[in-house]
Amino acid sequence: MKLPAIVHKFSSPKNFYVMSGKMIPWFMWSFVLSLVVGLYYGLFVAPPDYQQGESYRIMYVHVPAAWMSMFVYVIMAVSAAVGLIWRIKTADLMASVSAPIGAAFTFLALVTGSLWGKPMWGTYWVWDARLTSELILLFLYLGFIALQAAIEDPRNAARAGSILLIVGVVNIPIIHYSVEWWSTLHQGATVAKFDKPSMHISMLIPLMVMATSFKLYYAASVLMRARAEILRREQNTRWVKEIVENES
Amino acid sequence: MSPSEFFHMGGYAVYVWSSYGLTFVVLGWILISPIFTKKNIIKELKIKYRQQERQAQENNG
Repeated sequence: MKLPAIVHKFSSPKNFYVMSGKMIPWFMWSFVLSLVVGLYYGLFVAPPDYQQGESYRIMYVHVPAAWMSMFVYVIMAVSAAVGLIWRIKTADLMASVSAPIGAAFTFLALVTGSLWGKPMWGTYWVWDARLTSELILLFLYLGFIALQAAIEDPRNAARAGSILLIVGVVNIPIIHYSVEWWSTLHQGATVAKFDKPSMHISMLIPLMVMATSFKLYYAASVLMRARAEILRREQNTRWVKEIVENES
Repeated sequence: MSPSEFFHMGGYAVYVWSSYGLTFVVLGWILISPIFTKKNIIKELKIKYRQQERQAQENNG
C-alpha cells in the first residue's frame, strides 16, 4: 500500500515538531478554560444526586478518566497499525509517548472508582468484570512501556509494541460491555449508549465539559512528550542540531 | 451554600477531595514532566555535539 507523498511529508519528524509546537498553546489554553468551566459547573452548579448525595461528584473526574483510558489505548493501537503498515515514524512515536498518559488515566479511573465505591458499595474493590478488565488495561499499558524499554533497537521495539497494542484491543469492547454481559456492582452506561442518556442535563453538561477538557489535556500533553522524544530520536539529523544549538 | 458546607461535601469530603486531589497531582505531573525531559535532552545533546566537533577538529589537525 502506498500513501500519498503529502502524508509522508507532513508526518516527517521535522514537520511534526514545527507544527505541534504551534498547536500546543491552543490546546493548553482551551484545556485550562474548559477545566475551569467544567469544575465550576460540576462542583458548584450541578445539584446533588438524589441517591448518592454529594459523593457522585467524583464522577466528574472518574468518568472522563475512564473514557480517556480507553480512548488513548485506541489511539495507540491505531497509530501502531499505521506505523506497522506504512512505516511512519511519527505514528510509532505517538503510540509510545501516549503510553504514560494512558496509564495515568487508567490508574486514576481505578483509584477514583475505588474511592467512590467505598462509600456507595461499601468496598474499595470487587473482582467483577468491569473493574478487572480495567485493571487488565493498566497491565497492558505497563506491559507496553516495559516492552519498549526492554528492546534496544527502536524499530524492533516499535514492532513488538505495536503487536501487543493491536492484540490488546480486544480488551476495549470487553471493558465497555462488561456491565451488560456480567452481573456487577458497577452501574450501567448512562451516557455512551444508543438510547438517550439517562442523566439529567444539569449533571450531563459538566460531565461533557470535563470530558472535552480531558481530551484537550491529552492533546497538549502528548504533543509535548512527542516533541521531546523527537529531539532524542532524531539527534543525528542536522535540523535537530540546529534547534539544540539555538536553544539558550 | 457556605464554604464549610462545600468542603464538607455532604459527609463525603474524604472521598471526593482525595479523588480530585490525586487526579490533579497525577495529571499535573504527566503534563509538566516532558518540560524537564526536553531540557535534559537539549543539555545532553549540546555536550554530545561539542564533543563531536572537538573530535572532528582533532582528526583534521
